Amino acid sequence: MTKNTLATGLIWLAAILVSGVFFWLLSDILIHGLPHLSWSFLVEAPRNAGRSGGIGSIIVSTVLILAVAMVTAAPLSLATAVLLSEFTRYDSVFGRLVRSSLDVLAGVPSIVFGLFGNAFFCIYLDLGFSILSGGLTLACMVLPILIRTAEEGLQATPNDYRLAAAALGMSRSAALVHLLLTTATPALVAGLMLGIGRAVAETAALIFTSGYVDRMPDSLFDSGRALSVHIYDLSMNVAGGDTNAYSSALVLIILLLIINSIAMNLAKQWLHRSVVTV
Amino acid sequence: MKKLGMVVTLIVLIGAVWGFLRTKPDDTKIEKLVLTGSSTVAPLAVEIGKRFESLHSNVRVDVQTGGSSRGVSDARAGLADIGMASRALKDDEKDLLSFTVALDGISVILNKANPVEALNKQQIIDIYTGKIINWKDVGGNDAPITVVNKAEGRSTLELFLHYFGLKNTEVKPQVVIGDNQQGIKTVVGNPDAIGYVSVGTAEYEAGQGAAIKLLPLEGIAASVENVRNRSFPLSRPLNLVTHTEPAGIAKDFIEFAGSTQVNDLIEAQYFVPIPR
Amino acid sequence: MSLSRADRQLITLLRGCALLAAVIVLLILLFLVKESWPVLQHVALTRFVSDASWHPVDGLYKLTPMLSATLYSTLGAVFLAAPLGIASALFSRYYAPPFLAGCYRRLIELLAGIPSVVYGFWGLITLAPLIGRLHPPGVSLLAGILVLTLMILPTVALTADAALAAVPIAYLRGAAALGLSRWGLISGVALPAARSGIIAGIMLAAGRAIGETMAVLMVAGNVVQQPLGLFDSVRTLTSNIALEMAYATGEHRAALFVSGVALMSTVLVVVGTAELLSREPHHD
Repeated sequence: MTKNTLATGLIWLAAILVSGVFFWLLSDILIHGLPHLSWSFLVEAPRNAGRSGGIGSIIVSTVLILAVAMVTAAPLSLATAVLLSEFTRYDSVFGRLVRSSLDVLAGVPSIVFGLFGNAFFCIYLDLGFSILSGGLTLACMVLPILIRTAEEGLQATPNDYRLAAAALGMSRSAALVHLLLTTATPALVAGLMLGIGRAVAETAALIFTSGYVDRMPDSLFDSGRALSVHIYDLSMNVAGGDTNAYSSALVLIILLLIINSIAMNLAKQWLHRSVVTV
Repeated sequence: MKKLGMVVTLIVLIGAVWGFLRTKPDDTKIEKLVLTGSSTVAPLAVEIGKRFESLHSNVRVDVQTGGSSRGVSDARAGLADIGMASRALKDDEKDLLSFTVALDGISVILNKANPVEALNKQQIIDIYTGKIINWKDVGGNDAPITVVNKAEGRSTLELFLHYFGLKNTEVKPQVVIGDNQQGIKTVVGNPDAIGYVSVGTAEYEAGQGAAIKLLPLEGIAASVENVRNRSFPLSRPLNLVTHTEPAGIAKDFIEFAGSTQVNDLIEAQYFVPIPR
Repeated sequence: MSLSRADRQLITLLRGCALLAAVIVLLILLFLVKESWPVLQHVALTRFVSDASWHPVDGLYKLTPMLSATLYSTLGAVFLAAPLGIASALFSRYYAPPFLAGCYRRLIELLAGIPSVVYGFWGLITLAPLIGRLHPPGVSLLAGILVLTLMILPTVALTADAALAAVPIAYLRGAAALGLSRWGLISGVALPAARSGIIAGIMLAAGRAIGETMAVLMVAGNVVQQPLGLFDSVRTLTSNIALEMAYATGEHRAALFVSGVALMSTVLVVVGTAELLSREPHHD
């Protein structure tokens, strides 16, 4: 068997293994969660500690927390990535300091983020248990992911583009916007998907910052329970909450699909002005 | 066209954010009551709070979790109006006041497939300290025992240790769990496991068909009924804690939580209302 | 190279943004040290290694078994997830027909968003009993490693995918023109070109694995002991914090924060070494 055939076989095997396990997991959620899914489940408020009623207010809180996190983190991350890639030498002290800090930040446990977020945003900045505190804490968690992927994407664009742009007399910012960001779009989108995924999946950090209140939030300063916290409460804390936990998990997956498609389309629209076709 | 779409999206986003980013709610119109603490008491507190809100239109009850010690320290520091604790107050917490709202019994559970029907006090002590390691020594199958213990500091653990006269350093577990549900699911998934969880939860799950059974303690069956009539020896109080004598809506809430009006809510969470 | 004034202002602004990450790390460290102060005042640091066991209520604070558990579970998970993740990326970039590749990529993006509690729940209900039938008690280091692998695989796969997408197509065409087989093209051209992006993805994944709390808590067994085999029940430092924080007071609570400091120091050391070792020449 040639190396090529062996490689092909192994890679198909890996893909089948990975998708197999994931389908196993997803089908579990589908089987247990689908029967209890209904329109009223999606819009009603939770009753009886979440065992009856629905998750309407929870979905709203989740979307708000996610929005705060991404609106804060995305522009900041793009700016930092641009700086690291375009305006700093790769092995300068500044660049290495920032890159190392990001790698360390990526390794901080979620519960430590929760406790830190509580101490800093809720108590020190006096935001209290609120959607704002939760979103800002999530923004901190998601920064490393967004920055590193964006930076790698920009680094990977061929240097010829920059030189050609300079030769044409384009300013560096124009070259950035029209050429480099366009070419780096797949990396930026990948980072965005990962960041959104991480934000939606986060539980421990949100318990201590955006809180436990399952009421429909009136403002960003209200406490709101995120979907992941609700799933945790139903499956691990409340007796008899398992069925609704599965249904909530299913709703989370569907929500994620929708958010991912919207985010991807928005990102492509903003970044991808086709000047260059490769 | 694309630019227009972008501008519209931006306006919608900014509008939505601004619409929500109003100033903090006007505190003079709405009174807020904040409870923090035990995640065991939290679901019950949420339901009591909702019923309280329906009776008092200008009140909002916000419940947060973080653990019993969080509840106690927040009550002391004034970060919460009322703290929730799923245990009695310790000696160094005697500067606080506690009000018991419900009781929660603790039952030893086995997997349903385990033929052992009852264990006496000494046998349980020997199993947990590692002196008996195989089920055949207590009349069961020839299989190694998987001992499930609770994490340190938890009130269920301390009650268990106190009742059996053990210290945690003597216990030799194979698995350590946090919440009741984790305990139940661990025992369900392992036919040779033994653990202990809240009576109400265990009774409910067993009734729903989970593969566990509750062991009687000293001949008394482990049931919510037996905790209620105080014949079952092992139970812990669920408390609301305040720093000073409660006043205003905090006082109303605590009285409400201690009244018979919320008995059905307590039972819906599989706890035991205290006799009023 | 001279910069216009607008560019210079831009750079100052961007530098401020970039330093934010370093500032947050510093704040978190300060927070951890402040909270662990009560116990550090009476307990010497060596006791965290030399005490008999971890029983904080009785004043015993040995951290080392949990540190080993964290390291083993992270290494195990990265060891499994890296090849599988890279293989997934290669699959969707070079081997799968376009429609299948798109579906596969959507699937992986979806899995990046599943809450840790769902993975943990599934692990506890489905995976642990399966492992238990092989070797009791089921909840074990192996279960922890497998669940962690599942959780960090999307990170590796998606970043590797993006890195491979950025390989200039001219390289690939050149390789094909030279008559390289598909695997030869991948191993000789695409992977080396995408190396830095793939490594960044692996670092992010490792970070996620070290910091994962909830899922590992549910499936690893949580007994504080030195892991001697894959089927041993273990407790990681993060699970420890999550498990005991709810009920810990005073010195116990502070001791938990010490384990947080220990964890961050480990991460600092690892990241620092990796940074010192990688002296890759990059275009400027």
